[in-house]
Amino acid sequence: MTVLCLVERDGDGAADASLRALAFSRELAASSEASGTGGDPGYGEEPAGSNPPGAPGENVAAVVFGPAAEVPAGALAVAGVTDAYAVESDALTGYAPLAWARAIAELITASSATAVVAAATDHGNEVLAHLAAITDLPMAANCASAAHASDGRYRLVRHRWAGSLLEDAALDAPVALLTVAVDAVAATPAAVPAKVTVHAFRPDLTDGDLAVCATESAERAGGVSLATARVVVGGGRGVGSPAGFGALEELAGLLGGALGVSRVVTSQGWRPHKQQVGQTGTRISPELYLACGISGAIQHMAGCLSARHIVAVNTDPDAPIIARADYAVIGDLNQVIPALVTALRERAGLS
Amino acid sequence: MEILVCVKRVPMVGGKVVVTPDGQDVDTRMSGFAVSPHEECAVEEAVQITQRLGGTVTVLTLGPAEAADQLRDMLALGAGHGVLLETDGREWGPVATAAAIADAARRRGVGPDGGYDLLLFGNEAADTGDYQVPVRVAHALGLPCVTAIKNLEITESGAGAGAAGGSGAGGAAGARARASREYRGIEEAFDLALPAVISVKEGINLPRYPSLPGRLRAKRAVIEQFRPEYRGEGLRKELLRVPPGESKRAEILGTGTDAVPALVRLFEEFGVLS
Repeated sequence: MTVLCLVERDGDGAADASLRALAFSRELAASSEASGTGGDPGYGEEPAGSNPPGAPGENVAAVVFGPAAEVPAGALAVAGVTDAYAVESDALTGYAPLAWARAIAELITASSATAVVAAATDHGNEVLAHLAAITDLPMAANCASAAHASDGRYRLVRHRWAGSLLEDAALDAPVALLTVAVDAVAATPAAVPAKVTVHAFRPDLTDGDLAVCATESAERAGGVSLATARVVVGGGRGVGSPAGFGALEELAGLLGGALGVSRVVTSQGWRPHKQQVGQTGTRISPELYLACGISGAIQHMAGCLSARHIVAVNTDPDAPIIARADYAVIGDLNQVIPALVTALRERAGLS
Repeated sequence: MEILVCVKRVPMVGGKVVVTPDGQDVDTRMSGFAVSPHEECAVEEAVQITQRLGGTVTVLTLGPAEAADQLRDMLALGAGHGVLLETDGREWGPVATAAAIADAARRRGVGPDGGYDLLLFGNEAADTGDYQVPVRVAHALGLPCVTAIKNLEITESGAGAGAAGGSGAGGAAGARARASREYRGIEEAFDLALPAVISVKEGINLPRYPSLPGRLRAKRAVIEQFRPEYRGEGLRKELLRVPPGESKRAEILGTGTDAVPALVRLFEEFGVLS
């Protein structure tokens, strides 16, 4: 019995989102023993199959697209993966959502999977949706946790409204298809590293499976990436005009950070959509998010759930953001931010 | 170019999500409803495509009778026809929703000779975020599909020998879509033969405001109605709840520019100043 997890590669390693999905997969596998629904209720005395000592009744396997030699085995071992399936195909040169799903559908049988897990990324959600359609199985997207229940079902907690609302759900399916809300799960290592066996797997693909495939080209990189910035300076309706973002950009520059904006700002056309932080924009996870003139609608807050510290600057002490921030300055950002810029420049000996 | 755009009516939740006492729904007594943001962009995209290439936009929703309001909002943006798949107000899961949409699409058919050339969706609904309805509809109709698209170009036939390539249903007289998105710093581009299913994300365009003539036309438009049969499915909602820690209160550092020294000290404490 196996929890099969789609692992996306990032350079030579595994993508951070996939490491989180692997941690989620381990929890799910471990729950099979607690609920008595796993293959082997032997309470760890007789590890089943290739499980390492002390592992529960289900093991975690990874599916990685690419040659066996390029499987990030070190990262997978740390994450407790016992088996890695390297999907090799001459026809499969890049990302092809339907072909990936076909390959995983074959692997469900080959690996005796009871669940397929992927990070809720564009690739993870898309591939699992195809897999769900191919196999005629239900799919639960954006799960924060999943466990076997004693009634043979799965108990899930799902994110709705991008994490602003939680849904307790039951999933009744012979094979559970789950994507993992990346914000909700940490990329923790396994208690005991596993020994990874790499299997080369050649899927049976047709031309139709490969009809939709990605052509990749490097995006033009410019400035600090909003998604990975250590500091984000945010501006909302309170900025008042397109010209008002100058001071915020200067502040972001002084802090080595990026400018983010709320949905109102992009809907007005004041700033490009790629700077939007929120449910329909970019998710950020900085050390510091300084939210200026932003009311704190849930659409926006969903984008900064992973921020370590949130500091709000707002004229309204009753704005929703004050109930979500760690610290707040009550005042007009158009006065506070220029004064802050001056203070930081003085501190840095710049003026 | 005949385009079907599927939209969802969702509550406008604003600053806080409130759940009904039975934990089954979002409390909407104090909020209005709107079309989910990605889907509003799908409608705008469809209107722009038909303005360039001709054809009509049909906007479809599955929901209660009141969801006709959202269809009229979208008709005011320039969609030509509205289709309401009316429910009794219960929340439908993604499997049943996709099946009902596929049935509705089959009524007109897909492909040349008056069928839909393109089915557009939002990438995921703002409320349930199931991420699968467009893909399931594509499989039900045997169409190619790509999701999370931020840039879309449609070309009609006659654009050279390349238009005859590819596989699939052959496309509406050789029309194709070039759809792209950014994924982890890389641009991914997809080339699809039409008819196809594509889901888009906000940012692909900036939806227009409805014009006055648009609103008047929308008010008078006839909305086609069907009543698909509800089906339960393997994923069942049990309880909705607001995550813990939602109602803390920020420590107030001060008022106006007087708070600047406290801000600088705080940034030093966080280790974000060099």
